[in-house]
Amino acid sequence: MSDHDAHLDIHVDTHLADHRDDHVADPSAGTAGAGRRRRLVVVGHGMVGQRLVEAIRERDREGRWAVTVLGEEPRPAYDRVALTSYLTGTTADELSLVPDEHDGEGDDDCVVRTGDPVVAIDRSARCVTTASGVVVEYDALVLATGSAPFVPPIPGADLDGCFVYRTIDDLDAIRDRAATARTGAVVGGGLLGLEAANALRSLGLDTHVVEFAPRLMPAQVDAGGGEMLRRRIEQLGLTVHADTATERIEASGSDPHDPSGPGLRMVFSDGAAIEVGMVVFSAGIRARDELARACDLDVGERGGVVVDESCRTSDPHIWAIGECARVDGTIYGLVAPGYDMAEVVADQLLGGAAVFSGADTSTKLKLLGVDVASFGDAHATTPGSLEVVYADPVAGVYKKLVVTDDASTMLGGLLVGDASSFAALRTMVGEPLPDTPEQVLMVGPAPSGLDDAAQVCSCQNVSAGTIRSAIGDDGCCDVASVKACTKAGTVCGSCVPLIKTLLAQSGVETSKALCEHFDLSRAELFDVIRVTGQRTFTEIISSHGQGRGCDICKPAVASILASLGSGHILDGEQAALQDTNDHFLANLQRNGTYSVVPRVPGGELTPEKLIVIGEVARDFGLYMKITGGQRIDMFGARVEQLPAIWRRLVDAGFESGHAYGKALRTVKSCVGSTWCRYGVQDSTSLAIMLELRYRGLRSPHKIKAGVSGCARECAEARSKDFGIIASEQGWNLYVGGNGGFNPRHAQLFASNLDTDELVRLIDRFLMFYIRTADRLQRTSAWLEGLDDEHGDGLAYLHRVIVDDDLGICADLDAAVATHVASYTDEWAAVLEDEEKLSRFVSFVNAPDVPDPSIQFVTERDQIRPAGGTESGSLPEGVLGGVADGVPDGVAGGPGPVPVSGPTLEVVRR
Amino acid sequence: MTVTAETGEGPRTRNGARHDESGTGRRVWHPGWVDVCAYDALLPERGAVALVSGVQVALFRMYDGHVHAISNRDPFSGAYVLSRGIVGTRGERPIVASPMHKQAFDLLSGECGDDPAVRVDVFDVRVRAGRVEVYIPRGELAGSGEISEPVTEPGANVGTAPGADVGTEPA
Ligand SMILES: Cc1cc2nc3c(=O)[nH]c(=O)nc-3n(C[C@H](O)[C@H](O)[C@H](O)COP(=O)(O)OP(=O)(O)OC[C@H]3O[C@@H](n4cnc5c(N)ncnc54)[C@H](O)[C@@H]3O)c2cc1C
Ligand code: SF4
Ligand code: FES
Repeated sequence: MSDHDAHLDIHVDTHLADHRDDHVADPSAGTAGAGRRRRLVVVGHGMVGQRLVEAIRERDREGRWAVTVLGEEPRPAYDRVALTSYLTGTTADELSLVPDEHDGEGDDDCVVRTGDPVVAIDRSARCVTTASGVVVEYDALVLATGSAPFVPPIPGADLDGCFVYRTIDDLDAIRDRAATARTGAVVGGGLLGLEAANALRSLGLDTHVVEFAPRLMPAQVDAGGGEMLRRRIEQLGLTVHADTATERIEASGSDPHDPSGPGLRMVFSDGAAIEVGMVVFSAGIRARDELARACDLDVGERGGVVVDESCRTSDPHIWAIGECARVDGTIYGLVAPGYDMAEVVADQLLGGAAVFSGADTSTKLKLLGVDVASFGDAHATTPGSLEVVYADPVAGVYKKLVVTDDASTMLGGLLVGDASSFAALRTMVGEPLPDTPEQVLMVGPAPSGLDDAAQVCSCQNVSAGTIRSAIGDDGCCDVASVKACTKAGTVCGSCVPLIKTLLAQSGVETSKALCEHFDLSRAELFDVIRVTGQRTFTEIISSHGQGRGCDICKPAVASILASLGSGHILDGEQAALQDTNDHFLANLQRNGTYSVVPRVPGGELTPEKLIVIGEVARDFGLYMKITGGQRIDMFGARVEQLPAIWRRLVDAGFESGHAYGKALRTVKSCVGSTWCRYGVQDSTSLAIMLELRYRGLRSPHKIKAGVSGCARECAEARSKDFGIIASEQGWNLYVGGNGGFNPRHAQLFASNLDTDELVRLIDRFLMFYIRTADRLQRTSAWLEGLDDEHGDGLAYLHRVIVDDDLGICADLDAAVATHVASYTDEWAAVLEDEEKLSRFVSFVNAPDVPDPSIQFVTERDQIRPAGGTESGSLPEGVLGGVADGVPDGVAGGPGPVPVSGPTLEVVRR
Repeated sequence: MTVTAETGEGPRTRNGARHDESGTGRRVWHPGWVDVCAYDALLPERGAVALVSGVQVALFRMYDGHVHAISNRDPFSGAYVLSRGIVGTRGERPIVASPMHKQAFDLLSGECGDDPAVRVDVFDVRVRAGRVEVYIPRGELAGSGEISEPVTEPGANVGTAPGADVGTEPA
């Protein structure tokens, strides 16, 4: 088990000008007598440098090494593999790999200086000098400087508007530029180029991909796969120019689509040209070996610090790891081999003899809805190897296995369009084929055959055996605990399906049973109820459960019935299933009173209606507060007052806001292009339309939404279950955000949609969520569950609700249409129904007697519950309407003034 | 079905129990069965609350027709709301879950299944000629009189129930 606290006390020292003349002396100088501590200096605080620090901190229990990390970027190490998610909601803090950045006094064991690159190495004096002039001595020096994007020497490549795609700063610059550009081009159609292109698309740009080779992803894909890939990419709305060399880039007065913005013209070698607002270069990487060159260490002909299998350079005091290292003639552009190198060096520094023995270069493209994966010898370069190909142009699927000439051993393969078997297949490279190649290709391998040595997670180099022992010995019982315990699945995530399979095989059953009364999960129960047409709890529990239910399964069944459109939620037996909020169609508060929230669609409210709300609150003596969802909440209503309050509201044209229900709450919006000088679309009208469409839709948990009229995002749409942000070309849809205890940003799901496309996607997203989520599971947690189950939850969602892989889209559409057509206001229906109204009484034997235990005091001119909001408990002894137990801290003193008991004085006009 | 359509002019019960004000202002009750409401006024598998001469009694009509009566006061929050909880079963035991923070109370013993140190009072209840009667025991029901065990740490349970809508719409 790894010790995650090991790196908690890394001290991060951001470079400040006044360090200019520092001379970092021997950090062990003060520890006289304790034996001299050796000084490790790491140049570069990227993913691999950080991994080395973690490995040393974890294993160097005696504190033999004092570590100094010198980084060029202004922030400590972050997850570069997940860099693109920075554009779709993940924050820099969330990407950080250094969990706790405390300032204050650093410890002697590890100092990180950011924003101060090393500029020279003095091998004879064994010290390095940084740009700010700091000199640091070392006993061991590790270069972990990574690589820089290769910018081809094209005239104009340095013009304003040309970018690379490597760091958070790069992405900030790209985002700024994209805000004014309409079109963009990415030079390079490899793995990273396509990722960058997809990012530009997500920023709302019309995006071109320019690739010199005859096909996309030339390093991974063969001609057949390339064609399939091109189609998939073009379906995403990207324009592909393969077999195209860029000759020069010129400043053209303007982006033709946006004459106000600056523009660039890309001229190709065949004379053709395109006009774009920005260009991103992603045409490969070059190892950052400049420090090594300057101090005469061996470097490769085509770059890279040459190291031996122990990762040592030609100077025995200097190592190189990660993307800057050339080991055995190869530079690895992936993080997993870099992590292995870091482990190797850590081991050697602590007296071990580990060596680096090559690495798995399997890769998977991280594009929404486009599966591409290659593993092993995907290009069939092994002499005599055979290729077995399966292609289905209609479904857009292309799969290839490379096997030895006798078809006995798997050598590698390529998957385009459907990479679901990737995790399992790549563990079989070099292994005997368990079946005929065709069978393996079509059906995928059975992971039961995985032997303990098979590598399940190549990013973190975790074997099946390690995961099995985490499950068997350390008691890991779900993906999350296996991740925490072994680190498997924490980088690219593509091995998570395999981890799940291993969990299932180890007999770990994560019970999905709803509660002691139902063995089914909520999703299963939903299907059962939908398919059987059963509509009463008695029928449902007697045929699919046991006992008489509880506060878990009853509201869950009530919610399912409501989602399936089964009449009023207080009809017949359904009434007994509702929790108190739904039962009284209001929100229970701490003192037993309720709050009332009328719907204010999109937050748009006329003065007349606002006055009605004010009058109602005044006449019933309610406390008023504005909610975060752009509406107004009135507190302190007693059960028997609710019908009278709602009579007034309904008469004035209000309807239930469902603030009490697990249902759509609000669609928050900004004023958008109607009023705002920056707005590009009418966000308010869209929000009102959506709120009216989905009002009353019951769901596993509350649903919140937002619409912003431009990228400035004033409506905070990305903190919602679904959020829409206007772009010049239409709407960008984000899904799976929430605020609350564990805030998450919604992730971009689709861009530049017209309103019909947008509504169709939201319809399907909501209905699919309603049908398959667990009880009380917000959309974010549901999507994470999809991640765990299908590798990439968003891609899976895309396959289900865009590509219709499950063939359920028509059904989802119909379900939403039924909801929209059958919506009626719950409160208006109650007011028309004597029987339902008769439930709104204080006491069954004294229907109009106000509950004497409800007491208020005034504070800032409004009521609040007596008894102190702090105590969590109402005073005892206030039963008979006599406030003989005026709560402590209320009687006398300067505190709030008690208001008389239940018969609160009401001001009437 | 109609709930007792008494016109209320101040707190009143339809019971036959006599009470007198003692000099101390405390109410002293003579023990006895108190008529509360028509059986039909209770909805199956839902609670209702009766004000029985100053005491709030939560009544629950179960699926099998039985009626249970416990104190309406939720000892965790101090609010008088137990009658509004969802009724159900835990194993064989009939329970109600507090609508505040979902602790379950055994309708037969009054015990809290989530914290055995906490109990609520249980009242005897019977149905006679289509009417529900509750037995109010001898003794002084001073103050709430209903809580048997100390309230837990103030606020200890506030907001712990997953997904519980404590406020209405946290921004
Ligand atoms: C968009 C993107 C997506 C990727 N996706 C994947 C993926 O899916 N799977 C995968 O395996 N890999 C992926 N990679 C590659 C992966 O990020 C790299 O392999 C990994 O970051 C290499 O780690 P490193 O520490 O060697 O280099 P880096 O992470 O680049 O870190 C090197 C650090 O050293 C600093 N530095 C350089 N010179 C100096 C100096 N003189 N002084 C001080 N500091 C210096 C640099 O500023 C940098 O911060 C992706 C990369 C990008 C850009
Ligand atoms: S999001 Fe854009 S359109 Fe909406 S208010 Fe903000 S700046 Fe204006
Ligand atoms: S293979 Fe990338 S996280 Fe496991």
